Parts: sequence; C-alpha cells; structure tokens
Amino acid sequence: MFGGLILLVSLLYLGLLFAIAYYGDRRADRGRSIINNPYVYALSMGVYCTAWTYYGSVGRASSSGLGFLPIYIGPTLIAVLWWFVLRKMVRISRMNRITTIADFIASRYGKSSTLGGLVTVIAVVGVIPYISLQLNAVSASFTLLWGYPELRFDPSDRFTISGLDTALWVTFGMAAFAILFGTRHLDVTEHHEGLVAAIAFESIVKLLAFLAVGFFVTFALFNGPVDLFTQAMADPDAARLATFGAETIDYNQWAWLTFLSMLAILFLPRQFQMAVLENMDENHIRKASWLFPLYLLVINLFVFPIALAGLIVFRHQPMDADLFVLGLPMAAGNELLALFVFIGGLSAATSMVIVDTVALSTMVSNDLMMPLLLKLRIVRPSERGDYGGTLLSIRRIAIVVIMVLGYVYFRVTDTAASLVSIGLISFAAVAQFAPAFLGGIYWKGGTRLGALSGLVAGFLVWGYTLPLAATHSFGGAPDDFLLYGPWGISWLRPHNLFNLTGLDPVSHSLFWSLLANIGAYVIVSLLTRPSVIEQGQASRFVNVFDYSAESEAIFLWRGTATVQALRSLLERFLGQARTERELNDYARRHSLDWTQMHQADAELVQFAERLLAGVMGAASARVAIASVVQEERLSMDEVLKLLDETSQVRAYSRQLENRTRQLEEKSRELEAATAELRAANERLQELDRLKDDFISTVTHELRTPLTSIRAFSEILYDNPTLDEERRTQFVGIILKESERLSRLINQVLDLAKLEAGAAEWNTTEVDLHALITEAVRASSGMAEEKGVRILTRIDAGPPLFVWVDQDRLMQVMLNLLSNAIKFSPEGRGEVCISTERRDDWLIVHVADNGVGIRPEDQKVIFDKFRQGGDRRMGKPQGTGLGLPISAQIIAHFGGKLWVESEPGKGATFSFTLPLSPSDHR
Amino acid sequence: MSAKVLIVDDEANIVISLEFLMQQAGYEVAVARNGEEALEQIADFRPDLILLDVMLPGLNGFDVLQRVRQHAGAHELPVIMLTAKGREVEVTKGMALGANAYITKPFSTRNLLDEVRRQLEASRQTEIDKKHETFTD
Repeated sequence: MFGGLILLVSLLYLGLLFAIAYYGDRRADRGRSIINNPYVYALSMGVYCTAWTYYGSVGRASSSGLGFLPIYIGPTLIAVLWWFVLRKMVRISRMNRITTIADFIASRYGKSSTLGGLVTVIAVVGVIPYISLQLNAVSASFTLLWGYPELRFDPSDRFTISGLDTALWVTFGMAAFAILFGTRHLDVTEHHEGLVAAIAFESIVKLLAFLAVGFFVTFALFNGPVDLFTQAMADPDAARLATFGAETIDYNQWAWLTFLSMLAILFLPRQFQMAVLENMDENHIRKASWLFPLYLLVINLFVFPIALAGLIVFRHQPMDADLFVLGLPMAAGNELLALFVFIGGLSAATSMVIVDTVALSTMVSNDLMMPLLLKLRIVRPSERGDYGGTLLSIRRIAIVVIMVLGYVYFRVTDTAASLVSIGLISFAAVAQFAPAFLGGIYWKGGTRLGALSGLVAGFLVWGYTLPLAATHSFGGAPDDFLLYGPWGISWLRPHNLFNLTGLDPVSHSLFWSLLANIGAYVIVSLLTRPSVIEQGQASRFVNVFDYSAESEAIFLWRGTATVQALRSLLERFLGQARTERELNDYARRHSLDWTQMHQADAELVQFAERLLAGVMGAASARVAIASVVQEERLSMDEVLKLLDETSQVRAYSRQLENRTRQLEEKSRELEAATAELRAANERLQELDRLKDDFISTVTHELRTPLTSIRAFSEILYDNPTLDEERRTQFVGIILKESERLSRLINQVLDLAKLEAGAAEWNTTEVDLHALITEAVRASSGMAEEKGVRILTRIDAGPPLFVWVDQDRLMQVMLNLLSNAIKFSPEGRGEVCISTERRDDWLIVHVADNGVGIRPEDQKVIFDKFRQGGDRRMGKPQGTGLGLPISAQIIAHFGGKLWVESEPGKGATFSFTLPLSPSDHR
Repeated sequence: MSAKVLIVDDEANIVISLEFLMQQAGYEVAVARNGEEALEQIADFRPDLILLDVMLPGLNGFDVLQRVRQHAGAHELPVIMLTAKGREVEVTKGMALGANAYITKPFSTRNLLDEVRRQLEASRQTEIDKKHETFTD
C-alpha cells in the first residue's frame, strides 16, 4: 500500500512541475515573465544542489567531518567574481547566440565543429557519472522507503523490487520526463521560462525538505544541538567527527576541492544553462552573487547535525550514511516526513537530470550530430525539407542515450562508491573546459589547435586517472591495475601518475589533467597562427564590452549569395513563419525592401548565420551557410589589406572621436568663458547704471542751487530798482546757495576720493575728549542760532587716545553735530554727546531730541543723496552726502557707524573706534 | 481778472524766486510744497496754470500731472514741467503724460515768463474758440 502511495505522490509532484512550467511559459508568451527577477535567477542556480548535496553531503560528513564543505566554499568564493566573469560570459553568449558551452568554445575558436564535438563528448562522458549518481540516489532512497516500516538496507537488493530493477525504471521515467520537459522548443537561445520556473520551485522544495528533516532530527529526535553534540561525544565514531580533529580534515584535499568546485560552478553544463543562457538581465548577477551563496549556506546548516545523529541512531544497524537523511525519519516512525524527504530528494535529482539532459542533448544535436550529418551530406541544407523536426528527434534520442549510459555506468562501476566520489569525477571532467574557456575570453592568443590539444590532453588524463580507474575497483577493492599500474609499470598507476603520492584520487587527477591541459593549450596556441575567422571571434569574445551591438562585427567576407537561397535555408531550419518574421524585422531595421533586393550582402549572410546558430550551434550554422553561399576564400594578403583598411578606418574614427572630444572641451571652455564674460558684463552694466544714477543725482543736486543763483541773479539784474529789503534777501540767497554749491562739489570729490581709496590719511594718536570739545566749540555758533543746547557727558579721567586721522574724525563729529542741530526743535533743542568704553572699543553717541527717523529711512540715510526728514516740512538743508562720507571714514578706522531712533523721540548716532594700542590696559 | 498760477516745488529758495517772478508779472500765486498739497490746491485755488517740479517728496511731478489730466474739470489745464533732470527720457515722459511745456533748471527767467504767457494765451484762445463754436451751433 505504502509503495503505491510513494508512486502516486511522486507522479503528483512531477505533474505539479509540469503545471508550473506550463504556467511559466504561458506568462512568458503574454510578456509577463515570472522569472525575470534576481530571486528566481538565484534559485534556479540552486540546480547546483543535487542528490549529491541532498543525500551525499551527510554521507561525506559522517566519514570525513567537514570534508563536505569545500564543494560549497568554492562557489561562494567565486560568486565574488561573478560580476566580472559571469557577466562577460552572459554578454558574449547573448551577442553570439550561444546555445551551449560546447557552442561557446567552438564559436570562440573560429566556429570549429571539431572543437564543438570534442567538448560535447567530454561533457557527455563527464556528466554521465553525475547522472548515474542521481539514479543511484533516487533508486536507493526509493528502495529504502518501499520497505517501510522495515529499515532493511542491503546493497545486494538495491536493484530489484519484486524482481524489477528500480534503477532502470527510474532511468526510463526520468528520460521520459526530460523529453517531455526539455524538448518542447526548437530554438535554444530563446529562454526556457517554464523550465527555469520549475527548477526554481524545485530548489525551494529540496531546501524546505532538508530543513524539515534537519529540524526534526535536531529538535525532535534530540533536545537541540547541545544534546546532540553531548551524545555524540559519548559515541566513538561520532566523537571523532564532532571534535573536528586534524585527522578528519585533509587540508590539501580541501584546497583542491575548493578549486575544483570553483570551476564546476562555472562550467557544469547545467550551471552554464541556468546562469548564462537563461539569464534575463545582467543586473540579476549582482544580487545572485550573494543570494546563491546564502542558499548554499542554509541548505548546509543541518548536514553535520544529521550526520552525527545518523551515526548515533544507526550505531548497531547497517545503514548507508548517504541515506541517513531518509533513514532517520523512518527510524523515528515519521512516515509523512519520510515521504516529504523522499520528494525533496526526487526534486534535487530531477532538477539536475532535466537541466543537464536539456543542455547535453542540445550539445549532441547541435555540436556533434548536425555537423556530422552535414559533413556526411545526410542533411543537405540546399535541398527541400524540414530539418527542424530532425533536430528535435536527435535531441530526444540523445536524452534516452545519455540516461541509459548513466544507468550503465551505475551498473558497471563500483556500486558501493559514495555519491560524493561519483560526483567529483564529473566535476573534474568539466574542469577541463576551464583553460580553453577562460583563456578564450581573456586571451586573444588562444588558438583552435591549442584548445583542441589542451582539451584532448586533459580529457585523456582525466579518463585514465578517474573513470577508468573506477572500473578497476569493484567492491571497493583495487585490482592489480590500480595497485601496480598497467603491465606493472608503476609510474602509470592511475592514482599515482609519475609516482606522485600524497594526493587523493580526485586531487591527483585534477592536478595532472589540468597541468596537461593548460600546458598543451598554451604551448600549442603560441606555436600556431590563428585563422582569420579565429582572430575575428577572439576579438569579439575578449573585447565583448567594446562591441555595443551585433552589427559592429567586422565583415571579413567576400562572396555571393541570393536572398532567395538564404531565405529557403532559414525556412528549412526555422520554419516559414519565423523566417518571415525575422527577415521582416531585419528589413525594417535596415530599411530594405526584399522585392528590390536579390543579392545578399555580407551583413545579411552574417545575420542568417547567427539565426541558424541559435538553432543548430555556430559550427553547424557555418557549414549550412557555406552550402548556399558561393564564398571566395580571402587570401591572407587580402585579409591583411581589409584589416588594414578597417584599422585605418578605426584609427580615423578614433581621431575623429578625439577631435570631437577636443572640440567639446573647447566649447565647454568657451561656454565657461562666455558665462564669465556675461557675468562681468552684467556687473559692468550694473556699475554703469550705478554711475549713471550717481551722475544723474549729482547733476540734480548741482542744478538745484544753480537754479536759485541764476534766477535771483536775473531778477536782480532785471530789477535795478528793487527795494532794499528784497535786494538783501535775494543776495543772501545767492550767497547761501553758492556756499551750498561749493560744499556739494567738495563733498562729491571727497567721497569719490574715499571710495577710490585715494584719500590721504594722516593717522596719529588723538585725544578723543579734546577732539569732542573742539567739535562742540566749532558747532556752538550754529547751535546758538537755532537755540539748541549741546551737552557733553564725558568721564573725567585720563585722556582716551584713539589711532585716527584727526581732521577726518573732526569731519565726522561736525557732520553728526550739524545733523543733530539741524533736526532738533528750534528753541528747545538738546544735543547730547557721550562716550563709552567697551573692551578695546570706544563708542561715541550723538543724540538729539528731534523728530527722529522712521525705521524705513534708518538704512537709506547712509546712501548717497538720501535724506531723512518730514515730507511736509519740505526739504532739509544739506547735501545728502554727509552721512555716507562719515560712514566711509569710520569704516576706514576699523569702526562702525549706525543710528538708533524712535520717530518723535529723537535719534542717536553712534560710532565705534578702536582704542589706541597704548590704551589697551 | 488776473490769471492764477500754482507753483509746486520743494526747494524753498526756488519757490521764493518763482513767487516773485509770477507776482511781478501780475499773476495771482499759490504754492504747494509736495504732490498731495498740489492736488488740494488745484481743487481749492483753481489755477489757470501750474509750474510743476518733477522731483517732489511723496507723489512726484509725473504722478500729479497724471491725476490732473484724468480729472474731468482740469484736463485742459496748462502744465509747465520744471526739472533739474534734463534727460531726454524725462522730457519725453512728461510730454507723453500731457505736459504743455518742459523747462530745465536752471532756467532763464525771461524764457520762463514767455512760456507762462504763451500757455495762458493759448488756453484762453481755446476757450474762446469753444464758446464761439457753441454760439454758431
């Protein structure tokens, strides 16, 4: 009964995946993507965590403590560099319509179909152990769960349930699922939105399931982590792990595995698929580079506690440590949790299998079979026929073949090998891509032959030291081949090449294979010359960020092709509808009319090739295009000439750019200068206006006394018989106005001198009190005339000395006194002078009891020609320059002149003067 | 009946000279020292001609002229502007506002008296013409 339930729930789960994928595709069709965000992107990268992580990490931990960790440290470390490396990979892939990692490498080295095929073979061979690992884990967990409530685990009956080989069933089931899921679309450069959504969902399921069992074990089976560790210390096996003793950690191996997993996260076909090909937006990489490591951290939290718990619980019972995750809830009788855990494991395995088979089958069809079929003329692009279907069929067959190969590997190799050790073999295989790949995107010097040599060398060493060796250790017991080498040649021992000892098999293999790989790649690259097309691609890849769009490629091509031939070629692989759409888009972009255009130009041929590359890979597309295009092979001379021209054009355009930049700079400078000029001009105009105002005011002020003088002079002249009284009055006015006129002229000149700084200053030590007394005496005549009393309130005491120009200070005092007298009421006026000492300053106040100054006038009276006074009383006598001049003088002494007044209550003018240094006591 | 002249200026000495000149020529004279006073005098004294300074405290000469021209009973009253600001703009502005003549300070007393006489004559002639028209209608 329980067996039926397991099957039912599994099928329901797979059905749910389909529903999610379907929903994701539908949303994509309607243009409302559900995967276009960094969170789904990071989750989809969680495909890194397979059954290996899910079951195998605990197995690894229970034998080597923290030895499971490097596989997660590597990706975490390299995530820091994602923004530079991964983004470059994404950009290159998008611009070149890359479909797989094989396509990527083939495309970089001149669209070499040989290279593409080789990478495909390595990828398939390398990933097969990994797939076998998933089959192993799913069938083992299924077998274990099937036996519930019994906890039977016997390796010998792992393969059969009621006479049926479960692993084989799982193989076919997964193959069917992968076919249904992964080969629904033809163009592999279009995003598989449904697939990504389903994978992201699976990442959530396996994480939740693993956390669930982790919590259950730590907090339900044990009383929290402390209890768990305490009990572990009592158990000899577990205690060895819990103490993290040095003997459990092989630092050498740690370093190698960390390095290995750094490469694996970049080059595993499924990681390449998710991180590079399915990337929707380069900016998602930024967030994913901390989200993904976070995911890894969380999913590993409970690995160690579960391993310890497994060792304690299954102390007296045979149980594969790789199955602790499932065995623990079963042993505790929690069948629901056990079922959930099983589903979690299934999700971990299916996500890996689906994505890897999609990636691998695309590689097989595009980079292996298609070039082969084209070469063997089984597929003839120039003839009628629909080859889109052929491609899909190849992919489906490839999936089945890959799955079966995985099964075979599973049966042939050591059945007792741990999950992790199987997975590491695959890691080491894909690590072989690193030199050609990374060299290809950062080093223009890498050549096709170099890449081929490196890959072959690395692959051979890998094959010899790992999978071949694995077939020689049935039942965990190494045979003579491993122990003594082939034909007894000891330096050929697969795990000790050249007698290298001290490394575990994986590190050992990685060391030699990468050494051979890099060595061959670099040396052969340096020895060979890249072809023209290789050079072009090298530049497109290495300098990808310099190319802003696809159209910027250099067209090193000459030949003839008709539009019609290209069109029918495209139709055969893309279908009529899509061909029509793409060509129309192209025509619109380039403003072409297909009815007017019969001969294809280089750009159109390139465009068609890129379209085909999206379906069948770069190398196959190259062959297919060549079949309809009459190409003229360019001689090296011509190529050099073309390149020369291009570089001349480039140099010229660079010159133009520089020139433009210089001009821009110049114009910026000019603008700045113009702005300065404008500001200066405005300032000048302002000054000009002020000057005009001043002149206009001065003229007005001069004209006024002149008017009276002239009018009365004429009157006197015309009326010689004027009576004496009038005569005297008029002559008096003429005299007064003449005085006013000369005073005015003097003050204007004085002020002009002060403002221009041209006044002469004769600064000495002056006794302030003496000066005030003198000023009062000089004003007394004027005061008496108006009946105004002048009071001085000065402290008796030692004389106060100030450092000033005596005449100038006198001028100020006289001006203030005459103002005060002028504005005091006639007959009862009172002017009071007082001094005050504050710190190092002396303050002099001149107060009157006149009409006062309105607040709005208190400032303007210090402006030139502005006078206060009551409007109704007519214009006060004076030039309107006295106060501005006084203020200038006081300012020159370092002091300040101001007024305080309440209308009707008189005004007090005050100024400060710095005390003479000798008075600073 | 002698003609009435209103003198508007805030410079006491200038007022004295203008007052003397107008009285000697036989006109009846009133004096205003600012714009507001001028408007009051126009209403009370009903002058036949105004000698109007531009630079006055408060309402300036232009303001006064504008009010005069808007006033129904005085819009044909002859106004002679007197100003110490002899700039072209000022003259144009004053003329545009409806001043009958513009005399710059310092002025020639004879020119001033001639101008006053001419303006009074012209204004009287217009009134006679108007009356004549009414008769012939």
